[in-house]
Order: sequence, then C-alpha cells, then structure tokens
Amino acid sequence: MTSQDNRFVARVLVYPRAEVLDPQGRAIEDALGRIGFDGVRRIRAGKSFEVALEAEDERQATEAVDRMCRQLLANPIVEDYTVEWVSE
Amino acid sequence: MKCGIVVFPGSNCDHDVYHVLSHVLGQETTFLWHQETSLEGCELVVLPGGFSYGDYLRAGSMAAHSPIMAAVRRHAEAGGRVLGICNGFQMLLETGLLPGAMRRNRDLRFLSVDVHLRVERDDLLYCSNYRRGDVLRMPIAHAEGNYADTEEALDELERRGQVVFRYVDAAGRLEPVANLNGSERAIAGICNAGGNVLGLMPHPERCAEEMLGNRDGLGLLAGAVAAGGGRVGALAAAGG
Repeated sequence: MTSQDNRFVARVLVYPRAEVLDPQGRAIEDALGRIGFDGVRRIRAGKSFEVALEAEDERQATEAVDRMCRQLLANPIVEDYTVEWVSE
Repeated sequence: MKCGIVVFPGSNCDHDVYHVLSHVLGQETTFLWHQETSLEGCELVVLPGGFSYGDYLRAGSMAAHSPIMAAVRRHAEAGGRVLGICNGFQMLLETGLLPGAMRRNRDLRFLSVDVHLRVERDDLLYCSNYRRGDVLRMPIAHAEGNYADTEEALDELERRGQVVFRYVDAAGRLEPVANLNGSERAIAGICNAGGNVLGLMPHPERCAEEMLGNRDGLGLLAGAVAAGGGRVGALAAAGG
C-alpha cells in the first residue's frame, strides 16, 4: 500500500463465488473455444473498481474499502471480492 | 387501503401498478418519489418493475440505498405490507428485506414471455384469492431473475415455507424447461418470515384485466389490498 498525504487508491476485484454458476463466464469460455482457443480451463467474468480515497492511515483505508465492498460494491451472497492497493 | 408506489429513476411499471390499484381495484393510490423520506401513511408499499438507475452495478442495488428505502425498511419491519415486483423484488434482495440474490438469467437472454407459476402458499393475504397448487399464467420481463442463495439458506427458506411461487409447466409440474431463468428450486417469488413482504419476478400488474386476455394477476394485487389486521399471513404454523 502506498500513500501520499493520506491518499490511497484501491483496486477492488469482484467475481462470482466459485460455487455460483457464472453464465457470463461460461458463455465467454464457449466463445473462446469456438474461435480456436483450446485449453482454456475456466473463465470467470467479474468487475473491477478503482476507489481513490482519503483516510487517516492504512488501517482506516482498509476498513473503509472493506465496508464499501460488503455494503455495496459486492453482493456477498453470490460474489467474492479482493482488494489491491495501487499507486495513483 | 392507501397504497404507495415508489418511483425511482428508471421505473417503468409504476403506472401499470397505479392503474390496477386505482382504477381496477378502486384503492386510494399515490406515487412516492425515491428521494422522499416518508411513506405518507401508505399501508401497502409497492416497489415496481423497471430498470432503476439503469441497473448500474447490480439490478436494484442503487435503489436499495435510496432515501425512501429507510422508511420502507421501517414499514416492513413493523409488519407493514411491501410488494416488490421484478426490479422491486431485486431491490428487496439488495436491501436484505428478503434473502438471496439474483444472477443473470441462465441463458444470458432478456426473457419477455408468459410463464406458469404454481402457488405454494395460500395462507398469505397476498394469495388469499388463490388456492395452493393453483397454476397462474403471468408475463416475465427480466435479464436478472436467476434466484440464488447458499444450499443451507435455500433449505431454510423451504423449511420456513417462504417460497410462494415456483416456475412450473402448464400442468403445474416442476420441469427444468419451465424454469427459464435457471432459478434455484424454480423459485419465482418468496416472502419474509412474517409474510408481509413479498417479492416476485413475474408481473401481476400486466395481467389483471380481461381486456388484456389474462387476469390471473388481479388476485394477487387484490390480495395485497385485502382487509386484514395484524400480521399478514402469520408463519406460526411453519414452526420457524
């Protein structure tokens, strides 16, 4: 995690949970097969968000982004999320 | 009964519900803008179908955080009647007033077609005009109606008798081919434990008049405004 003047940038990746059927990923997987890409084992189609925020410290930034994910960015019933920190 | 229909940017079935409640069923009906914070004394709150906020992020997820939803939540938690149709059902899931989540339809297509539903509960006010096992024909029009939850949560939903409608064939049989969107356990509509909050993907407001060739949905909206005090179809008998 890097910060300048308490500014942080998180990259949030949201994917359908492994046990949840991902019709979009499945369709892309099939399409890749049709155009000749053999050996594709799996496609999961997800979303990514870049969250630029200000926070007092790393801990506060981490907590805030985690709450955002649980309350809005991901639906924990069918999606998992991961957070990476990137430099602006 | 005073009825309120919440209007979000992108709602498009709000006037259809208004027409049925007001003109067909003769109820005092009003629109409630999503920026409001009061339900203006409405006893039945309808979250209508449409594409609130253009289905950004996930269908219903932005509407779930609209100012009026705090009042809708209080109303529901106090035992008030809340009916979510299609996008309104998706909102109820996103607010957590009903359990589960919606995925893209199994075949990724937007489905606009008549389906058959089997009534699984007739002890709810909403279903007071139907009998358990009745088969209704109603239109669906959605891209995200593929109901999902964990196996444990689905078992719990079944055990508590919260599945109200299932997709079936015309004869009322559970057939995979009749479950067009791929919903777990062919679930088309569910209620909360108190039976006062109901969400379903099909559109009863689009089949509530003989003139339209189908009035199977009228019973549901008539049930939603039926007189009845206290809890709406208590689930006490379900033992959950």
